[in-house]
Amino acid sequence: MDANRCQGDGTRAASHAGAARRTVFAAGLIVLTAGCDRGVLNPVGPVGHAEKMILINSTAIMLAIIIPTMIATVAVAWWFRSGNKKARYRPDWEYSGSIELVVWSIPALTVLLLGGIAWIGSHDLDPAKPLPSKTAPLTVEVVSLDWKWLFIYPDQGIAVVNQLVVPAGTPVRFKLTSATVWNVFFVPQFGTMIYTMPRMTTELNLQADRQGVYDGLSAHYSGAGFSGMNFKVHAVPPQQFAAWAQGARGKGTALDGNAFAELMKPSSYVKPITYGAVAPRLFEAIVANRVPASPVPPQQPNQPVSGSGA
Amino acid sequence: MFGKLTWDAIPLHEPIAWITGLIVILVILAVLGWITIKGWWPYLWGEWITSTDHKRIGVMYIVLALVMLVRGFADAIMMRAQQSLAIGASQGYLPPEHYDQIFTAHGTIMIFFMAMPFVIGLMNFVVPLQLGVRDVAFPTMNNVSFWLTASGALLVNVSLVIGEFARTGWLAFPPLSEKAFSPGVGVDYYLVALQIAGVGTVLTGVNFVTTILKIRAPGMSYMRMPIFCWTALATNLLILAAFPVLTATLALLMLDRYLGFHFFTNTGGGNSMLYMNLIWVWGHPEVYILALPAFGIFSEVAATFSGKPLFGYRSMVFATLAICIISFCVWLHHFFTMGAGADVNAVFGIASMIIAVPTGVKIFNWLFTMYGGRVRFTVPMHYLIGFMITFAIGGMTGVLLAIPPVDFLVHNSLFLVAHFHNVIIGLVVFGVMAGYTYWFPKAFGFTLDERIGKAIFWCWFIGFYLAWMPEYALGFMGATRRLQHISDPSWTPYLTVALIGAVVILLGIVLTAVQLIYSIRTRDRRRDITGDPWDGRTLEWLTLSPPPHFNFAVLPDVHGEEAYWTRKLTAIREERLIEEPKYEDIEMPLNTPTGVICAFFASICGFAVIWHIWWLAILGLIGAFAIFVWYAWRDEHEHIIPAEEVARIEGERRRIRGELLKTLTMPA
Amino acid sequence: MSASEAAAVGLTHGASEDTGLGHRGPESKSIVVPYGFWLFVLSDIVLFSALFATYASLAHATDGGPASNQLFDRSLVAIETVALLLSSFVCGLAMIAAKRRNMVWTQVWLFVTGALGAVFLAIELYEFAHMISIGAGPQRSAFLSSFFTLVGCHGAHVTAGLMWIGTMMAQVWAKGFRPHIIRRLLCLSIFWHALDIIWVAIFTIVYLIGTLP
Repeated sequence: MDANRCQGDGTRAASHAGAARRTVFAAGLIVLTAGCDRGVLNPVGPVGHAEKMILINSTAIMLAIIIPTMIATVAVAWWFRSGNKKARYRPDWEYSGSIELVVWSIPALTVLLLGGIAWIGSHDLDPAKPLPSKTAPLTVEVVSLDWKWLFIYPDQGIAVVNQLVVPAGTPVRFKLTSATVWNVFFVPQFGTMIYTMPRMTTELNLQADRQGVYDGLSAHYSGAGFSGMNFKVHAVPPQQFAAWAQGARGKGTALDGNAFAELMKPSSYVKPITYGAVAPRLFEAIVANRVPASPVPPQQPNQPVSGSGA
Repeated sequence: MFGKLTWDAIPLHEPIAWITGLIVILVILAVLGWITIKGWWPYLWGEWITSTDHKRIGVMYIVLALVMLVRGFADAIMMRAQQSLAIGASQGYLPPEHYDQIFTAHGTIMIFFMAMPFVIGLMNFVVPLQLGVRDVAFPTMNNVSFWLTASGALLVNVSLVIGEFARTGWLAFPPLSEKAFSPGVGVDYYLVALQIAGVGTVLTGVNFVTTILKIRAPGMSYMRMPIFCWTALATNLLILAAFPVLTATLALLMLDRYLGFHFFTNTGGGNSMLYMNLIWVWGHPEVYILALPAFGIFSEVAATFSGKPLFGYRSMVFATLAICIISFCVWLHHFFTMGAGADVNAVFGIASMIIAVPTGVKIFNWLFTMYGGRVRFTVPMHYLIGFMITFAIGGMTGVLLAIPPVDFLVHNSLFLVAHFHNVIIGLVVFGVMAGYTYWFPKAFGFTLDERIGKAIFWCWFIGFYLAWMPEYALGFMGATRRLQHISDPSWTPYLTVALIGAVVILLGIVLTAVQLIYSIRTRDRRRDITGDPWDGRTLEWLTLSPPPHFNFAVLPDVHGEEAYWTRKLTAIREERLIEEPKYEDIEMPLNTPTGVICAFFASICGFAVIWHIWWLAILGLIGAFAIFVWYAWRDEHEHIIPAEEVARIEGERRRIRGELLKTLTMPA
Repeated sequence: MSASEAAAVGLTHGASEDTGLGHRGPESKSIVVPYGFWLFVLSDIVLFSALFATYASLAHATDGGPASNQLFDRSLVAIETVALLLSSFVCGLAMIAAKRRNMVWTQVWLFVTGALGAVFLAIELYEFAHMISIGAGPQRSAFLSSFFTLVGCHGAHVTAGLMWIGTMMAQVWAKGFRPHIIRRLLCLSIFWHALDIIWVAIFTIVYLIGTLP
């Protein structure tokens, strides 16, 4: 059709194609060099490792499809630009059974493969599934508060706020709840995160194979002090853990109803506190809402949250 | 007397809020004053505010969307700036109480008052024209739908200067959104605004499903409908099926907050997991409500600017309907980390991946539409190619997130945020910008400036990658979303690049305004005389630009797929226009103030409910009911356009088309 | 070229072989309006489904308070149900009378429809007031919140229906049986019957299952 229509310019199309490819490459480079030392791409335990493997493999499988597609998009658009006399114009070509078969099959087969990975992975890495180990697991009860974390060691009879100490090489069985609103317990280098919800208990199994200090955080927005819910996780040799737990016992404040009521007062960026004794079955009482606690006062505007920044 | 409303509600302690509010109020007063001085009120009232013409209503929706884009993006820039500054020892310039409102408002406004109105506006303008008919099934209800949406947008913006907005995130999860943890009026503003706008949206769903299924030109069977109408049908089916769930869920939260019920509370047996399920049963179809029209726009753009029919039309229809249905089966992928167990997680993960199949098919079909075509690199074509590249990445990250063990690592992280911005910007924003550019000449009779249009595209494209690729990386580094303060200084370079990207996008938005003003000023250079500036293939290009009030003098007879293209080719081959029809009087629906008055009372009622001013709420309800009864009492529903008038307008169109026909040849 | 040749290449009007619709072009208002209203009713049923799902999830969340088998009175529910079902039947009679353009009987049957609906509402309000008075109000537990909301939402729809019946009675009286009035009566009857269908679901799921021994 002859036209006084807007015509694309072929040479500009080439530069579009080049620019697009360069941008994509640069973007890919940024993504690939990311997460270098403290994130989910640097796991220290079996759960994180398995999940990272699935992530890498799935990405690779999909990149094998989308990168050629992206290149084809640019290439086809550029070759069939209206200024290119060498390209064959087929104005009535709008269906091909064989092409349909292929374009439905490629995504379907990919999804079949990834679906299998998803099924197997979901079962292998179910958070509630205990980790296979010769060592007996350590139980840690986790309570999210406004805006800090309480870690109770029921078997050791101690508790710590905003610091988690675990023995390396030992599976840790977490039981989690919230005393106020939803949060998510997350130590990126350990792997799986899970919600903490009031009146409910979630379960999580993680393990640190390597000693070190790792970052932990809440990954679900929970109010004004949410950004101050970071905590450090210390994975230490088992003897050192036992020594620490033994040493902390009996010292400092006891985590009874009064101390817990203090904890229920809103605060953020809280420095670690260790409790040398814990009221028996405190975690169960928190879940059942049977711990006496002061009510959360309503947030006033311009009220600074207590605790200093970082 | 005034419920909870006192003078303290004006946020004088937050300079950013009240100064912004003051500026906005002054701008609004200036605009209203200017309209008054120029004497434009009768024109605005008669031609726009009370219009039942789908073309006018579509334009008003898009105007609302563009204004809300500015507001939503201002929130985005503020968030980017805060995250770039508040690292380590610094707390930035926004305390949590303010920052938390900003990210909530950003999401709420962008989804409900920018993206939704934009796609609904485009569907409004285009669908009746593409179906070859005069208007939608229920034109008055269409007007009401628009004004109720505007009422919701108004209330959200009023919260900036009277009271506060929610600090819960755009979905307001309990228990945080319950009275115990959010005692202020913020969540109430959110709930009331969305309930009012939600009614408007459901009515749009009713309107468009009825129109597409029952009101089409003679000969237009289902398989001869333009693909954009198919995606509009699927979208509105989703609206009908999903939005009532939102209405119910928000109503339950309102009952908790206002009457002390126990649906989602921490006491009395309430279950906050129930809210998670209900809101995402709505929430996932919602993103497809945004996505499907964009797919439709790209299908039209691909065909028109390749000079070829859409490849695999039937496949595309099937894929659209498959996406429509499957979108209801995947909601749990938004909370894999809630601990539902491996079987449940795996099933929903697989279902989520299955949706990627029809989506992937669409990408390939657009590719093959261009293959063998004569591709013209107009602005909409830029958006198509940019979309196909960008959406591939977004779709990939979506499938990654659909694998539960992967989601366990990146749920709620900046990886997730990057994914959904990837698909929303790459698909929805690119799509509506393409649609805006593509159909602008049809609406206003001249095209937008092409050079500035391409610059806008590159700003969005480059800005998107700068802003969001670092965020994917940050997600892997353990960064979670909605942080007011960043504790890890090693994230600084990534956040800085992201801020630069946001500024580049801001440039694109500024250029959009510049383009509009410049294009209006220089419109005589780019007049769309013929009504078919792009060598289009669908029926809207049969009319002049802008079309007359009644769209078509006689409804076109449809032969074969691509109704307009076949007609055009026939005319070229036979070297004559279709024979002159026998003109008849045309009945068109009357204008009505019902919509704007009803929305006025809805806003009053909504504001009163938020501030517990019960007598005013009841008055508002009575007013809204009264206007409906008054409307129902009218005896005249339509006005007549006499046959002579129709003949005159159509004669002019035939003359212009005749001139055009002499210059056209068959495509070689 | 001849007329038929012109028609064959699509150069005349009125020559398309239409498919997909019962007759050429857009449907008439008498089809479009009730169709659209049905779609609205279906969307309303989706709203009720969400409330049913909520009720099912929270049916046992009594927080130590009264449960369904302690609260519901089957005989009251039976009377309510008969009233509502009868009102649906009478609504049908009203539509027949309207079709016959019989003003008196249309008004009579519309009035009886409304009256039976009001009986239903009165019993429901009595039930609610009684439950609140014995400490089984909606603020007591999640189960009760969901009960009051599900049943109350249906009651609110019945109330809206009564207001609509009153408005239609006035409109029919003032304007007679014009086409758009008849269409509105049709929509009203669709609405009223749909409320019946929802009620059947409610009394089965809430009252019958809730009072199983």
